[in-house]
Amino acid sequence: MAPLLELSDVEARYGPIVALHGVSLTVEPGEVVALLGANGAGKTTTLRSVSGTVQKRGKVLYAGKDVTRASADRLAKLGVAHVPEGRGILTELTLWENLRMGAYVRRDRSVRADLERVAGHFPWMLERRNQEAGTLSGGEQQMLALARALVARPKLLMLDEPSLGLAPLVVQELFRVVTELNEQEGLTVLVVEQNANIALDVSNRAYVLEVGRVAVEGSSHELRQHEGVRRSYLGY
Amino acid sequence: MLLPLAFTWSEFFQQVVFGLSIGSVYGSLALAIVLIYRTTRVVNFAQGEMAMFTTFICWSLITNHGLSFWPAFFVTLGAAFVLGVAVERIVIRPFEHASHLALILVTIALFVIFNGLAAWIWTPEQRAFVGPFSAKPFIIGGVAISRQDVGVLAVTLLTVAVLWAFFRFTKLGLAMRAAAIGPGASRLMGVRVEWMYALGWGFATVLGAVSGMMVAPSIFLSPGMMQLVLIYAFAAAVLGGIESPVGAVVGGLLLGLGTTLIGAYVPFVSSDLDVPIAFTILVLVLLFRPAGLFGRVVVRRV
Repeated sequence: MAPLLELSDVEARYGPIVALHGVSLTVEPGEVVALLGANGAGKTTTLRSVSGTVQKRGKVLYAGKDVTRASADRLAKLGVAHVPEGRGILTELTLWENLRMGAYVRRDRSVRADLERVAGHFPWMLERRNQEAGTLSGGEQQMLALARALVARPKLLMLDEPSLGLAPLVVQELFRVVTELNEQEGLTVLVVEQNANIALDVSNRAYVLEVGRVAVEGSSHELRQHEGVRRSYLGY
Repeated sequence: MLLPLAFTWSEFFQQVVFGLSIGSVYGSLALAIVLIYRTTRVVNFAQGEMAMFTTFICWSLITNHGLSFWPAFFVTLGAAFVLGVAVERIVIRPFEHASHLALILVTIALFVIFNGLAAWIWTPEQRAFVGPFSAKPFIIGGVAISRQDVGVLAVTLLTVAVLWAFFRFTKLGLAMRAAAIGPGASRLMGVRVEWMYALGWGFATVLGAVSGMMVAPSIFLSPGMMQLVLIYAFAAAVLGGIESPVGAVVGGLLLGLGTTLIGAYVPFVSSDLDVPIAFTILVLVLLFRPAGLFGRVVVRRV
């Protein structure tokens, strides 16, 4: 099967600062792929080079199309849902308005039913739909960000540090939903995580980035056994 | 001290209706200012001149092209929308990353340009602008109420209500709000943020056109006609809270009502003084409520 996403030799920069020095990776349909690495290794920039929100060179193929030059809104319409660092919650809108915005790219008529269905993964949302999103707790905002990405019915879901600053139970809950959707609906996921333990638990394969390059790659099972990965990222 | 006239309830009621009517004109122009400020963080000093320019378009449609008022009104709204979108895309967009000061200068330049253009195309002289409402008053319970005042109030408030419903209930309206609050996040959800900004300018210019066409019958049509209205509109926007659309409208109504009643019933206030008094009140409000009456301290958790 052709990969859903293929980055070849992608270089990205912020002004004069080079963040990626030629990253290549692939994500097959139905896979959960994790990106590991220290702060500043280029994990976030890798996601941004897929969603069209950073200047880059190289080649990005998505669903067989060259999307290297595509704009962020175009990629969203093609089915890439990027939950950014910091979650991107629209704080002055209500919870439900945030969800409705998630479905902005859709033109079909089943949006309304779908909002209810996706919110059903997080039952508390149904009772608090008119709450201003900025007043939700950090964990609730992260769940909302995930739900909002899901109502777009994406082909590729990209999550940037979903566990950041959240209680372990909330993190478990988030990844439970992601794993469920992957197993039941074949959702393809590319996830950036500092917490390598969780990342290797939920993913099929993983890439370890170091200073803007892929240092190690392999199945998550293999990486768990990998000497360097264990010492640097798993802490044993 | 003696009141200049004996107080009567019917006179008072007429003053209230007049105050609300002129206040609704301030309010709709103030709402235009707030709309643009919220979407693009630009304080548009040209808002009044753009309103004046579109009012001249309406006048020209009536006088030179034989349209009657309401068709001319709606054609003008369309023209205003196109004008607003064009101004954003052509003039404002290139300054996207410029400083606040640069943008203020750009809108002041627009002020001068629209003023000059209007004088050049239509000459600077004052003209009568015949409105859609007859001069015959309604008589309700022995009180004569000006049809003009009630009509202006109804048209501006209806426009505001339609716009509110658009932002509240439609997908495009929601996307425009989203683009204003979180442009980056909105882009990731497929919103073409730059177009949302341009639409914001379009709708604001439509609101301005409504205020211009509604106020023109009572103040004559001329290139300088909206300048005092703009000052009141700014005051209304700041009074209500520059971030608050509801505040802008309520601020406008309060200001219109306040200046009218003070002018009518406080003996030492002649019409020369009502602007200074309005602004003294405004400064006092800002001293005690810096975010304006409807501004709020945003609560955010991380």
